[in-house]
Amino acid sequence: MNDGPRLFSILRQGPYLIASVHTALDDSQLVRFQNDLVERIGSDRARGVVIDVAALDVLDSFASRTLRDMAEMARLRGAVTVIVGIQPDVAFAMVQLGMDTGRVVTALDLEEGLAELDRGARDPTAQRP
Amino acid sequence: MTRYEDPSATVAPTGPPRALDEEDLLPQLVAHLREHRTRLRQEWVGRIREAHLLQAMTAQEMSAETTLVYDNYVEVLETGSVEALQHYARDLSERIIPRGVETHEVVGIVLLLRDVLARSLFEKYQRDFALLNRVLDAYEPAANRIANTVAVSFVEERERVIRQQQDSIRELSTPVLPVRERLLILPIIGVLDRERARQLTVQLLSGIRTHRAKVVVVDITGVPDVDESVANHLVRTVDASRLMGASVIITGLSPEIAQTLVTIGVDLSKMNTIGDLQGGLEEAERLLGYAVSREDGNGGP
Repeated sequence: MNDGPRLFSILRQGPYLIASVHTALDDSQLVRFQNDLVERIGSDRARGVVIDVAALDVLDSFASRTLRDMAEMARLRGAVTVIVGIQPDVAFAMVQLGMDTGRVVTALDLEEGLAELDRGARDPTAQRP
Repeated sequence: MTRYEDPSATVAPTGPPRALDEEDLLPQLVAHLREHRTRLRQEWVGRIREAHLLQAMTAQEMSAETTLVYDNYVEVLETGSVEALQHYARDLSERIIPRGVETHEVVGIVLLLRDVLARSLFEKYQRDFALLNRVLDAYEPAANRIANTVAVSFVEERERVIRQQQDSIRELSTPVLPVRERLLILPIIGVLDRERARQLTVQLLSGIRTHRAKVVVVDITGVPDVDESVANHLVRTVDASRLMGASVIITGLSPEIAQTLVTIGVDLSKMNTIGDLQGGLEEAERLLGYAVSREDGNGGP
């Protein structure tokens, strides 16, 4: 199940990990993504994770729940997660479907996400920036 | 043509008057209406005045329009073709709608004319009940059709005007204005319906991406009212903007909108609202770390 080429990459950038999704992931790929990332946080001793979903034009409920779970798991492993690159259509669709994204930190793009991590952990429901 | 003024002609059980076929009735009727045109029209105008209809019109206009309507009316009775009337009714509607003439007034005057003419026919043929019946049989359907045509034309014209106005409101685009680096303003003026709310979302979200905005101030001072679905849409848009890394400040909520939002129970916990645009801008600048001060050192926000 978890074989074949990876459709995502997890790169190290200083104390942070940059995880980018290259194309739409099916459920098993998402699970693989989640496993890999949680493992890498420990092995790389990362303090922060940026998940870049700019390549996705659809985000179904399973995917957004997995992203939320990944952020939560990363927090338990000692890293702050910022999700970046959510497309306008995707953003509105997620809200329209009533997905709970309240506790996930989001930023416009990779650059913003890294700046967000530099500012340190914070409560996403508080006023930004 | 056989004349019916003489009542003695109609008492005969069988005779030429009875043989008169239906097709001759209408021309005869039309001739009668043409003959007494001035008297009937004046009677009609009197009835319109009594009923306090078309008060937006001056006496001259009333006289000109009623003459035209009367002639059209008789013509339709004669030819049975409503096309010319339709055209005229639409034309008339176009002229009188901007002056605030209501549907009930237009329908009212046509029904009054129908009534005036029917009474005149009744007067003329009252001595021969059977003939009166046949005359009314010929007259009523045509008159009904006319009333129908005028009412429909008027309503259609009104709807066309409404549609046109809605289009022009929609065309008042929602501009996305960059005020400072990473700060956008969206002033919204006019009715915010479903379609426009959808448009607003698209503009706002793509504006955030294009201008790399961190803070967006949406000013709804110019929005008279919102309904539940639009309010929910607004909340979702704010939420979606957050997912794109921008925070939205809503300013200028009118007392009515504030009451509506609370009454219908929209979840406003995620909404950052500030009284007016000035306050919203000050808050946005604070969020972005700008400090605005006057050169002489006093005043400023």
